Amino acid sequence: MIGFTILGLILFVGSVQVVRCKDLVHGVLWLAMTLMTTAATFAYLDAGFVAGIQVLLYTGGIVILMLFAVMLTKRLDGASIRIDSDGWLRAGVVGFLFFAGLTAVILNSPMPAKGQIGEESLEKVGTLFLTRHLAAFEFLSILLLAAMIGAIVIARKKDA
Amino acid sequence: MTLDLTHWMLLSALMFSVGLMGLLTRKNAVALLLSVEVMANAVNLNLVAIGQHRGDETGQVMALFGIALTVAEVVVGLAIIILIHRLNKTIELDEISELSG
Repeated sequence: MIGFTILGLILFVGSVQVVRCKDLVHGVLWLAMTLMTTAATFAYLDAGFVAGIQVLLYTGGIVILMLFAVMLTKRLDGASIRIDSDGWLRAGVVGFLFFAGLTAVILNSPMPAKGQIGEESLEKVGTLFLTRHLAAFEFLSILLLAAMIGAIVIARKKDA
Repeated sequence: MTLDLTHWMLLSALMFSVGLMGLLTRKNAVALLLSVEVMANAVNLNLVAIGQHRGDETGQVMALFGIALTVAEVVVGLAIIILIHRLNKTIELDEISELSG
């Protein structure tokens, strides 16, 4: 319970900061902290492999990519990059109603029976990838290739 | 009070709602993508929590699929943002109101 409370508080504060902070670079860094805390949460849940992938792909890949995009789309003149947002009241009402609805659903639905993750959990993950979810696994590699080529085609200069 | 699946699901729902609020309030395209990341992250947390609770590795498999899909989404999204910036010299969403170049 103590671990959950600490991780949950960090995750909540990090998410709120990503959503409301006024400086875009700070927002990306808050997101990096939130994603790292999520990796810690995965490790806390005994999903060590997912935690490693989370650090490699999210914090290693996405955050660097985000920082590149921020640097490419704004002049770097030393000043911080201000971003503003409005409509807090409407968004707050929508977000609160959404959360209330989710809470009602969660509290009123039967929870699945409790089981125990075995010792050879990672082997089972690999086996599931290559047996039951093989088609999805292969399509995912095609999707990643398409995304990579698509990103190059979209973002390159026409005369290059 | 002992820790059970409900707590994890409520935490995930809270993070998702916070991300939704960001999605509705942000004006900058990159900041919008940041909010979407928060929401995707909440979904992955939920998948792993439920899978571990049930003692079923499918939760981890689905979370890994989710992570890979998010990576593809961010790559294409950032490429589109850079293209928009090249065409319009801004990524403030209120100023991008024309569909045809």
